[in-house]
Amino acid sequence: MPLFLEVKKPGLLTTVQDMGRWGHQAMGMPVAGAMDPEALAVANVLAGNEPEAAALEVTLLGPTLSVEGQGAVAVAGADLGFCLNGKPAPLWTCLPVNPGDTLSFSGPKGNGGRAVLAVSGGIDVPAVMGSRSTYVRAAIGGFSGRPLRAGDRLASGELPPLWRKTVDFSCPESLRPVRDPEAPIRAVPGPQDDAFTEEGIETLFGSAYTISNQADRMGYRMEGPKIAHKAAADIVSDAIPLGAIQVPGHGQPIVMLADRQTTGGYTKAAVVLTADLAVLAQRIPGQSVRFARSTPEEGARLLAERASRTARLIGLRTEYRSRPSEGTPEKSPGSGNWKLTCQGRTYTVQWQEL
Amino acid sequence: MSENPAPRILDAGDSCLVVEFGTAVDRELNAKVQALKAALANKPAAGIVELVPTYRSLAVYYDPNRIDRAKLKGLLEERAADLGTGGTEGGRVVAIPVCYGGTYGPDLDNVCTHTKLPPEEVLARHTGRDTYCFMLGFTPGFAYLGGMDETLATPRLENPRAVIPAGSVGIAGKQTGIYPIDSPGGWQLIGQTPLSIFDPLRKPPTLIEAGDWVRFEAVDEAGFLAIKAAAKAGTYTLKTWSRKEGE
Repeated sequence: MPLFLEVKKPGLLTTVQDMGRWGHQAMGMPVAGAMDPEALAVANVLAGNEPEAAALEVTLLGPTLSVEGQGAVAVAGADLGFCLNGKPAPLWTCLPVNPGDTLSFSGPKGNGGRAVLAVSGGIDVPAVMGSRSTYVRAAIGGFSGRPLRAGDRLASGELPPLWRKTVDFSCPESLRPVRDPEAPIRAVPGPQDDAFTEEGIETLFGSAYTISNQADRMGYRMEGPKIAHKAAADIVSDAIPLGAIQVPGHGQPIVMLADRQTTGGYTKAAVVLTADLAVLAQRIPGQSVRFARSTPEEGARLLAERASRTARLIGLRTEYRSRPSEGTPEKSPGSGNWKLTCQGRTYTVQWQEL
Repeated sequence: MSENPAPRILDAGDSCLVVEFGTAVDRELNAKVQALKAALANKPAAGIVELVPTYRSLAVYYDPNRIDRAKLKGLLEERAADLGTGGTEGGRVVAIPVCYGGTYGPDLDNVCTHTKLPPEEVLARHTGRDTYCFMLGFTPGFAYLGGMDETLATPRLENPRAVIPAGSVGIAGKQTGIYPIDSPGGWQLIGQTPLSIFDPLRKPPTLIEAGDWVRFEAVDEAGFLAIKAAAKAGTYTLKTWSRKEGE
C-alpha cells in the first residue's frame, strides 16, 4: 500500500525533484533537480529509499500535508520548522506516520532556505525523459509540471520492504552536510575568464556580493562591485554548465543553477564547485557571498567525500536494520518462525525477509 | 580552413570541459563540433554524462567520481585530432510542413511590408532554401537555424507577445525559427507547423537535431489540419532524407 499526502497548504514553492534530468541538454532541455542534492540523498536514505528517489523540495515557507496510509518520512536540509501534528519534529530522522497525521512547517529557523521532505517509496509521479524533477518554465515533470497547490494528492511509490526497520534511524551529525552561511563559495576560473581584465577576475574573487531578490532555481543574481570585461560581454552561444558565474555587460555576476538554460551568449568568468552549489542554494536574498578561487581537483575531492558520506549513511542504515528486533514480532511481517518436523524431530526455523 | 588547428579545451568547473573549435557562427566549424560529438557517442567513455553541442564548442559533462579529468582531457585531445576533414554539405534533411499567413502567420503582412515582397514570394524564399540547425537551446527543443534567405530579414516586433503558440514559425532579423513550446516572444510570425516540434513524452522528444537541415514545405489549411490529426494519432511519418554533396 502506498502512502498518500494531501496538500492542505502548498507553501511558497514546493516541487517534486530528484537528481535532475541529465542527458537531454543537447535538445535544449534544462536539467532541473534538487538544489541541495546531498540533502535529497540523505532524506531519501533515511526514508528507506535509494538516494536518487523523487522527494519534495520545500522552499522557505513549507507546505501543510495530510497523511493517508502508513509509512515513513524524513526531512533533511535547512530547518524550516518541520512539525508532526503541530509539534516540532526532528530533522535527519526517519519518522513513522499514520493516517490522519499532519506534516507542516512553522517557518525558517535561519540556517538555510531549502529542505527536502522524502517519503518512503519516493514520490510517485511519471518519469519524463528519465527524471521526475519538475521544470516549471516548460511545465515538464514533477506533479503536473508545476509547484504543488492546495488539493493536490500525491502518492508514494511502493513502500520499501524494510521501511519499518528503518523507523527512528537518524543521520549522525558527522554525516550531515555543512551549509556554513559564511563559507566562501569556491569556483574554478573559466571557460571565458580570458574575456575579463585581470582586475575583473580579482574583483570577482576579492569582493563581497549580496544575493539580490532575483534569485530562484534558475540562477542567483548578485549585487556588488562590477567585474570588468576586456571588451565584449557577449559571446557566440555556448553551453552553460551548472554553477557557471555568468557576467553580462552590467558587470554583476549571476550564478546559474538547477533550472538554468542549457546554452547562452554571456561570458562566464568561473564555475562554482558542484559541492559548493548547495551551500549557495541554501542562502537567501540579502545574504552575502564571497567567491574563492579553486581548482577542478578540489571540486572532485569534495564530490568524492560527498559520495562516501552517502555510502557511509547507507552502510549505517543496513546495520540499523539488522539490529536485534525490538517489540512484538507480528509488527514485522517480514520475519517469523516455522516449526518443521523431520524424521520425528521438530526444528524451529527463523526466517527473515531481506 | 584547410589546416586543422587543435581546439582549445577550456575549464568549466569540476564536472565539465568545453572543447572550443572557434568563436564564430560558421558551418565548417560547427561540422567539427558535430563530428567530435559523433566520435564520442560512437565510442563512449565511462564517466561521460552528456555532450552538449553549440555553434562552436562541445561541452562534455562528466562525473569526476568515475573518470579522471586529466585522462578525459587526453581522450578529448586525441579524438579531436582525429576528426578527418569531413564535408560540411552532408547530413539529414527534415521536412517541416508550414501553413503560412492568416491566423497561422499573423505577421506575414509585416514581413511583406518590410521586405517589399508579395506573400507568394516570401513563401517561395522561405521554403526555397534549406536552413542548417547549428544547435538547440534557449527553450526545450528550440533549434538555432542558420542560412535563411537574407532578403527576408525583418526586425523583431516592437511589442513582444505574451504567449506564442507552440509550432509558430517566425523571423527575427536574419534568423528563422520554430517555437517548440508556448512561450512569450517577439518574432514576426509568418506561419505555423502542425507538427509537435518538442514533445517530452515522445521518443525522441525533438524532431530536429543539431547538424540537421530543415526544409520548410508550404501546406494549406486542409493539409495543416490533416497532418495535425495524423500526428496526434501517431500515423504521421516525418519526412527526412540525406542531403547530397553540393545540394
